[in-house]
Amino acid sequence: MESKLIILLVVIIAAVAIAQLVRVYELSSKLRGKNEHEINQKDNNFNALLLLIFMFLQFFGFIYLMLVYGWTGRGEAASIQGKETDWLLSLNFIIVSTMFFFTNALLFYFSYKYVRKPGVKAFYYPHNNKLEMFWTVVPACILAVIIILGLKSWNEITSVSGSDAKVVELYSKQFDWTARYAGKNNRLGKFDYKLTSDNNELGLVTKNTIDTAIFHMLKGVTGIESIQTKLNDPSIILSDSVRISLEKKLSSKERLIRLMYQMKENHDTKVDGDAWDDFIQKDTLYLCVNQLYEFKFRSRDVLHSAYFPHFRAQMNTVPGLTTRFKFTPDITTNEMKIKMKNENFNYILMCNKICGASHYKMNMKVIVLSKADYIKWEAKKMKETFKDKYFPAAAPAKSPNPVPVDSTAVDSSAVLPEKKDSNKKV
Amino acid sequence: MASVAHEEDLHGHGHHNHDHHEEGFVSKYIFSHDHKMIGKQFLITAVFMGIIAMLLSILFRIQLAWPGESSDTLSFFLGEQWAPGGVLKEDMYLGLVTIHGTIMVFFLLTGGLSGTFSNILIPLQLGARDMASGFLNMLSYWFFAISSVTMLLSLFVESGPAMAGWTIYPPLSALPQAVSGSGLGMTLWLISMTIFIAGSLIGSLNYIVTVINLRTKGMTMTRMPLTIWTFFVTAILGVLSFPVLLSAALLLTMDRLAGTSFYLSDIIVGGEMLTNHGGSPLLYQHLFWFLGHPEVYIVLLPALGLSSEVISTNSRKPIFGYRAMIGSILAIGFLSFIVWGHHMFITGMNPFLGSVFVFTTLLIAIPSAVKVFNYLATLWRGSLIFTPAMLFAISLVSTFITGGVTGIILADSALDIAIHDTYFVVAHFHIVMGMSAVFGMFAGVYHWFPKMYGRMMNTRLGYVHFWITLVGAYGVFFPMHFVGLAGAPRRYYDFSVYKDFNIDSFEMIMDLNVIVTIFAILAALGQALFLFNFFYSIYRGPKAVQNPWNSNTLEWTTPVEHMHGNWPGELPTVHRWPYDYSKPGAETDFIPQNVPLAEGEEEH
Repeated sequence: MESKLIILLVVIIAAVAIAQLVRVYELSSKLRGKNEHEINQKDNNFNALLLLIFMFLQFFGFIYLMLVYGWTGRGEAASIQGKETDWLLSLNFIIVSTMFFFTNALLFYFSYKYVRKPGVKAFYYPHNNKLEMFWTVVPACILAVIIILGLKSWNEITSVSGSDAKVVELYSKQFDWTARYAGKNNRLGKFDYKLTSDNNELGLVTKNTIDTAIFHMLKGVTGIESIQTKLNDPSIILSDSVRISLEKKLSSKERLIRLMYQMKENHDTKVDGDAWDDFIQKDTLYLCVNQLYEFKFRSRDVLHSAYFPHFRAQMNTVPGLTTRFKFTPDITTNEMKIKMKNENFNYILMCNKICGASHYKMNMKVIVLSKADYIKWEAKKMKETFKDKYFPAAAPAKSPNPVPVDSTAVDSSAVLPEKKDSNKKV
Repeated sequence: MASVAHEEDLHGHGHHNHDHHEEGFVSKYIFSHDHKMIGKQFLITAVFMGIIAMLLSILFRIQLAWPGESSDTLSFFLGEQWAPGGVLKEDMYLGLVTIHGTIMVFFLLTGGLSGTFSNILIPLQLGARDMASGFLNMLSYWFFAISSVTMLLSLFVESGPAMAGWTIYPPLSALPQAVSGSGLGMTLWLISMTIFIAGSLIGSLNYIVTVINLRTKGMTMTRMPLTIWTFFVTAILGVLSFPVLLSAALLLTMDRLAGTSFYLSDIIVGGEMLTNHGGSPLLYQHLFWFLGHPEVYIVLLPALGLSSEVISTNSRKPIFGYRAMIGSILAIGFLSFIVWGHHMFITGMNPFLGSVFVFTTLLIAIPSAVKVFNYLATLWRGSLIFTPAMLFAISLVSTFITGGVTGIILADSALDIAIHDTYFVVAHFHIVMGMSAVFGMFAGVYHWFPKMYGRMMNTRLGYVHFWITLVGAYGVFFPMHFVGLAGAPRRYYDFSVYKDFNIDSFEMIMDLNVIVTIFAILAALGQALFLFNFFYSIYRGPKAVQNPWNSNTLEWTTPVEHMHGNWPGELPTVHRWPYDYSKPGAETDFIPQNVPLAEGEEEH
């Protein structure tokens, strides 16, 4: 408290001191018969000189920062597409830096050179059509180059990848990432957010997951039946607000279950296999070097952005919309550690769209493996598919005619969420 | 016709009231209909809001430079609730960032620049007695004042102010379960902005009508000072784009209150499965940026207009390429409406649409380049007088270049992928808006202070203020580019997360962050000099002469003492353009617009 008082006192004294100085300055100006709006020659020249000095400081600062921090503060681009971006960025940087130096130099040099001198009148020069045409056309030509090169690169980067691309889904929620690999058939299973539950975190659609979700919605702890019981039980007295909130919950659940029944009606069990062979991966995203990846992005709650700074890749994840992006990592993590001269370096996937309080902590390690290592890792993961992990008793993935399962007789392992498994780190 | 009637009315009015000219305190200072007073009200309110927003930025800069360390400043301003033990809370960090951005963009730069100077200068430079509607003008200020108070109020809400960033993208801004600020804080934000938009619309319509109808005799459109051209185009941009923000906010309000699904689809939040389906967060982004991008020019154009006037006057030379300048202003105004998608390259918008926006966005660089070269040609062979206003105007050109060239990189969608939402973007738009536009505002205040208050500001203090501000602001925003190029995302509370995967990047980011914060504190303290100079000079500054800068425009033909109706007697008649500085054959190096052409003299 004392220190605050002292600070306050110092501030007040400083203000009074400045006021007194200003007063003295004004009185002395008055004595010399000087008016405030007349800038004297000394001040004028001094400011012109300062502007020139400032220009050198600015240029020096720019070059210094460029040399010390460079524009590759995050290291060499680690993907084929990223290298293209880097090349283009360097080119653009050279063009705009040239513009920056050239125009700023003229600006400050003119300010210095043409400072008011006694007896020298300004040159009346209202316009010159040729000059104006010149500096309209030249920037237009430079921009044409920038636009053409930029769009060429943009079209390549955003074009749809072919069938040789491995498909991986990145699922975002406050505040973590989950990856889903497309499994053996390289096709991602369908999903629907309404099926999301503890043992089906990504809401994959199969006959079993639909049945399980319906069962939960009806008979779960906070299911429709339990809410109805609570509302209709005469022995429970509910306050108005609780009753209203329960009724609201009930009506939204009834709406959801109607849609789920519809989904069940329209479901084609043939596509179940796409989902069953997918495998889910948390904490770390494993990629294979020199393999083209087609990423699909989803969000459970709010906007996020999948940002891979080292691969120069980024795409927002949007609830209700699947977005996509592709890139081919071409430097393994181990190679990059050597390049960066840092044993502990790792690639990262960060969230880059404000998504809540812990936004800054939402990331996922990315490891790029050599082909041999990746095959080993993948073989192991292929044995831990979605089906193996959560619905081992369900109909086999490859069965052409899945055995119909009665919804009321769902395997108990499917109905009861297996929390220990789903949260375990792999 | 309207202008004639208006004139007669006022003239008669003045005639009858000669003996009781004194107005009451309330009608003179509070609910004033006089454009000069309303302009000053806008200025002081905006400066007050600007100080608050600057303070907020210092608070979160402290957190960024010294994360997790206890700070007396933080605990002093935020107390135990938002900074327990002097360490800023994560969600309040987002709240500070959000309110800082909102206040700076809308309240300081829109209200403060366009609001202040359109009000003061449009009637004075056009030769009008007042705005077309004094009452609506007053209303527009009071809407602005109420919205300012509402916005500040939201800082004191228990669940915190809006925390979804100044762009308030849904679903984050629609779901209180997702972040605490999306509760009452967000509601107040929406209410405040709705009122703000209403005020801005009324103001803009008034400016447009005044410029079209109330020009004095001889003041053709091509004899208007560039300041008026920029205010005019700015007002048109405001009228066309702000209502779109209102509709965006309205749909968001419906999603929040009425259970509609404009922006929401397939969401599970806080363990609750929402039934909303079919909405699109991208719709909001389209609507928001349809305002958001013209908004950049609503902020920038008035600053460019003010600097054109200041540079021409203090170079003692006509502005080079007057018609090209008007053309550029119109081109920038038009193009600003078809570039909004460059904020959305990586949002999931169709990449082909993205490429169209690349094209239109980069086109804007052409009129901008023309403007810069015209400024340079104006300085060439001039006779420069470095008043504080002139210094700010020249630095505006410098920062306009610096911020403009990084814009070229960001507008290129292929490059945007790598630097979108990093500190590179933050650096870019702060150089353009935080420096260029603010410098324009300072240039305007220093230059027109004698007109506003009849007194002079202290020049020496102005110099010190200028140099601290220029060096401080460059020290803040220049290194920030490199933080962004290292890949650092914006709106991160703490970059310590980098320690886990790249210690080198972490060290670099932290080094730069400390430098940035120190410069930010320096620049903020420098503003105290301005505030002191401003308020001291209002009461104690030396009396101004009628035309202190030897300027040509009509405002300097009015008496120093303010009067209702601006000119005693008849309105001045305009005979020439406003830039006859150092015209060969003339006796003085300036010829005011109301001086008739001499025998055999040609118009420019």
